[in-house]
Amino acid sequence: MAHDASASHGHDVDYLNDGKTVWSWLSTIDHKRIGIMYLVTVLIFFGVAGLLAIGIRLEHWGPTRTIMGPDTYNKVFTLHGAIMVFMFIIPAIPSALGNFLLPLMLGAKDVAFPRLNLFSYYVFLFGATLAVVAILAGQGVDTGWTFYTPYSIKSQTGVILTVLGAFIMGMSSILTGLNFIATIHKLRAPGMTFHRMPLFVWATYATSIIQVLATPVIGITLLLLVAERVLKVGIFDPALGGDPVLFQHFFWFYSHPAVYIMILPGMGIISEIMPVFSRKPIFGYRAIAYSSLAIAAISFLVWGHHMFVSGQSDFSNIIFSFLTVLVAVPTAIKVFNWLSTMYKGSIKLDVPMLYALAFLFLFTIGGLTGIFLAALSIDVHLHDTYFIVAHFHYVMMGGTVMALFGGLHYWWPKFFGRMYPEKLGRFAWALVFFGFNLLFLPQFYIGGKGMPRRYYNYDPVYTLGHQVSTIGSLMVGFGLMLTLGYLFWAAKKGQKATQNPWGAKTLEWTDAASPPITHNFHGQPTVDNWPYEYKSERV
Amino acid sequence: MSHDASTTGSHHYAHHFESADHEFETSKFGMWVFLVTEIMLFGGLFIAYGIYRGMYPEMFMEAHHALNKIMGAVNTVVLICSSLTMALAVGMAQRNERAKSAKLMMATLFFACMFLVIKYFEYSHKIHIGLLPGAFYNNPDITHPKAPIFFSIYFLMTGLHGLHVLIGMGLIIWVLRRTMKGEFSSAYYTPVEIAGLYWHLVDLIWIYLFPLLYLIG
Amino acid sequence: MFWQSAYASTVGLPQSSTIAPTVDILYDFLVYLSVFFLILVTVVMVYFTVKYHRSKTGRETAYIVGSHTLETIWTVVPLVLMLFVFAWGLKGYREMRAPMKDPVEINIIGRQWLWNIEYTNGRKTLNELVLPKGKPVRLIMTSEDVLHSFFIPNFRIKQDVVPGRFTTLSFIATQPGVHIVFCAEYCGTAHSDMLAKAVVVEPEEFDEWTRTGKLPAHVNLNQIIGAVGAPTSVAAATGNGSSQPSQTPAERGKALAASKGCIACHSDNGTRMVGPSYKGIFGKKEEMADGTMVTVDENYIRKSLMDPNAQIVKGYTPSMPPFAGLLKDEEVNDLIAYIKSLK
Repeated sequence: MAHDASASHGHDVDYLNDGKTVWSWLSTIDHKRIGIMYLVTVLIFFGVAGLLAIGIRLEHWGPTRTIMGPDTYNKVFTLHGAIMVFMFIIPAIPSALGNFLLPLMLGAKDVAFPRLNLFSYYVFLFGATLAVVAILAGQGVDTGWTFYTPYSIKSQTGVILTVLGAFIMGMSSILTGLNFIATIHKLRAPGMTFHRMPLFVWATYATSIIQVLATPVIGITLLLLVAERVLKVGIFDPALGGDPVLFQHFFWFYSHPAVYIMILPGMGIISEIMPVFSRKPIFGYRAIAYSSLAIAAISFLVWGHHMFVSGQSDFSNIIFSFLTVLVAVPTAIKVFNWLSTMYKGSIKLDVPMLYALAFLFLFTIGGLTGIFLAALSIDVHLHDTYFIVAHFHYVMMGGTVMALFGGLHYWWPKFFGRMYPEKLGRFAWALVFFGFNLLFLPQFYIGGKGMPRRYYNYDPVYTLGHQVSTIGSLMVGFGLMLTLGYLFWAAKKGQKATQNPWGAKTLEWTDAASPPITHNFHGQPTVDNWPYEYKSERV
Repeated sequence: MSHDASTTGSHHYAHHFESADHEFETSKFGMWVFLVTEIMLFGGLFIAYGIYRGMYPEMFMEAHHALNKIMGAVNTVVLICSSLTMALAVGMAQRNERAKSAKLMMATLFFACMFLVIKYFEYSHKIHIGLLPGAFYNNPDITHPKAPIFFSIYFLMTGLHGLHVLIGMGLIIWVLRRTMKGEFSSAYYTPVEIAGLYWHLVDLIWIYLFPLLYLIG
Repeated sequence: MFWQSAYASTVGLPQSSTIAPTVDILYDFLVYLSVFFLILVTVVMVYFTVKYHRSKTGRETAYIVGSHTLETIWTVVPLVLMLFVFAWGLKGYREMRAPMKDPVEINIIGRQWLWNIEYTNGRKTLNELVLPKGKPVRLIMTSEDVLHSFFIPNFRIKQDVVPGRFTTLSFIATQPGVHIVFCAEYCGTAHSDMLAKAVVVEPEEFDEWTRTGKLPAHVNLNQIIGAVGAPTSVAAATGNGSSQPSQTPAERGKALAASKGCIACHSDNGTRMVGPSYKGIFGKKEEMADGTMVTVDENYIRKSLMDPNAQIVKGYTPSMPPFAGLLKDEEVNDLIAYIKSLK
């Protein structure tokens, strides 16, 4: 074994008690503590952006002004989108759960570059602060999170600082992805071959590849937008001979793969929860692992499906439509494989499993409605309507957020050594699940009927749909607040958890304490089997 | 990513690695991944270049004559020399030849400065005659109405590259100081290797920029 | 076709163009396909959950790691289905984009936040797209400022309107009446008020209109097919550009302010929007951007309509389009009467 610079501690104390001061947290290079810091940070942003969402829904209780004026509304939906995307959903699973779990699942003591990891966190925090300050100190931002040119060039609001904030958060995302790729390639425990890695690791791997390859492109795009405003370079500004549609190409070249940065780790979580709570091996391990990579690869080739009515050539539209329908295939494989995992298992409906089942249901809707949008003739009608809004919320919230909450409940005992309250958990889950459908199902309908997105006023024919949606949003909001409330209560006061309360087979449960010690394991774990070896057993 | 180093050849590597070699390999791997992200960053600009050149080939033809081919060519040679000295510096570090390694790094820095000085003269001439990006363009000689876009792309690409030259110089100065303090040896020279990789990338990007911007047609 | 009238699509909108039924039938197919798969997934999920619940004791779990046969099935079946959907969507799209013979060409210029529409004989309208029923129409569109998108839900067509280039929309309207037009690409403060009306009339009525500017008497611009009808900023606005004898000039002016898009930037209640509010502005002395003082009277309002950027009130940006040639003299008078009425 390697000699150890900090051998004096870290072998027996759990990571939560290895230094109690605030500084010991802020200066930590322990991947677990960094993961927890990310978790707290992104959940705060989730709360803020969630409140903004409630604001949007309340405004839409009636067709005209309810609680805010049009300019405020435009800023609110911009902020909701920008915060949710850049400060919550992109970093949520990879940076928070990934940081905590990746080394544990691989049998490593830390990520490959621990100090870079802490640096990434502060880069993220700095970028987020910059964006938030730009918004609070200035006049907000009203461009939509997509920053489409030339509106974003002309807008009088604080676009530059917000965009720079997003750029800086992108750097953090790149460094995290880089760190994870190096960790997965170089720090696997003895015996941990690629095909013995847990599927969450596979999903994180695919995600990291996208982060590393796609994020620099949004980086340069955002820099060009800043250059456009400051130096008036004219690349995207039609008034100076530039092409505003080019911005959309650049933007979606990143932001479409970014959709998979958001959903792939969620899929990874589901792949962990399903076998554990069914006490069955995951069905079709390799198909799930490779389909993550397949999705990552295809994700780079489909950005143009955001632009079917943008004025790009018919030929491009046809190619992009063709490539887009292909995404459905690896996605369908995953859904059916998860379902099959339950077959002849021994299923326990604890909260993590409930979230996993909610994911399956909601994500299936999100995926199926995606087919509408991939079909050219229908997308022309549905583009930029509430149908789109509903679709991506089914994927992002019905998919990723459900997976995140499933994962939080599943790993909470590992994070904090304490169990969450089961009954309260099920109640809150029901609120979230049913509220969510109430919130977004009507939006498919009014979207199909032509209700455009980002509309402050709307035609009164859509009123009922909007009102049902608003009621749903309050249910979801209440359910999620309750959940976060009891989770953080449980972190301190919950019932003590054993090392492996679920009987899982991945290393973070089998070889690490709850909560883990600073160096994760006593000695170096070795691996001689895949992590889903659930033998046939008597129920 | 190491905590400390010794001058005697053995190196304290971080606790989560198995060996110093393991740490070195991992660091190098991480740097390669980082270089890929840099290429993607420049990739966006190369694509913008490609699109606008495809749209206005005659404009690119006309506008590029305003660039000084000789200065560009000299700068290409200067950067290739700097890459060579940097590669040799890494080699010397690897062989415990600290003094030589430091001298070669200084040579690299000298070439880098030369590059920037030449670039400064190019820029100031263009600014002087109004060959500026976008809205600031003010030159009567190039008649094509879209010519400002060429100079936007020129300044963006060479500007971002110039920024990378500066960052690269900063890295080299950092490893140079550590070399002079004797922190590196054949057992541990990861930062030198990494700074070297970065510098080669900076050079490589220029090798693409030069023909694309200066030698059209 | 005979089934078109009897067939109710799940889209829930009237099918008012030749392309609409083509789009809807694929939409319906996908709705049924989605419902089928959703039910399949849900039923299997619930069935497994119940049947293999841990409380069902006295059995053994199975050790199954996968099945190449099954996995091949659920790779191939979705793939084939998806390619089928792609081909079907492509077919409809090609139909949508196919060049039409001798279309009526109409120029449209979008700007924040109204649609300027111009016909080949020079007739201009604001936010009112009059169309001949059953005849091919081609819209040639561009924008003066930011992105917009021309969207007629009843026709199932949409196209972004991009500054610096032209985009087109070709279609044949089939249902006479008034259809709502939305701006579907976010464009700022009054994005949701950037509405227009597509008025479909018989070809001979269309010819008459292009010559004289008179719509047939049976057209009621307030009766919009499938929508209650905006504008929604001014709740009471009638949104009617054509005058009715029973109305006072101020009432007609209020309707004009809505239909011509004025209310996107000018409020009637003192709220500061992109432009000054109408409320109490008449007769007031205002400081202009160049420092001069001007009294807001009939002449100033008229001048501001025809050449808005000549005299801008201090603190506002020059962003109003000129209405010269778009408003008749009596309409200008009506608007002035309306502004006067807002004390």
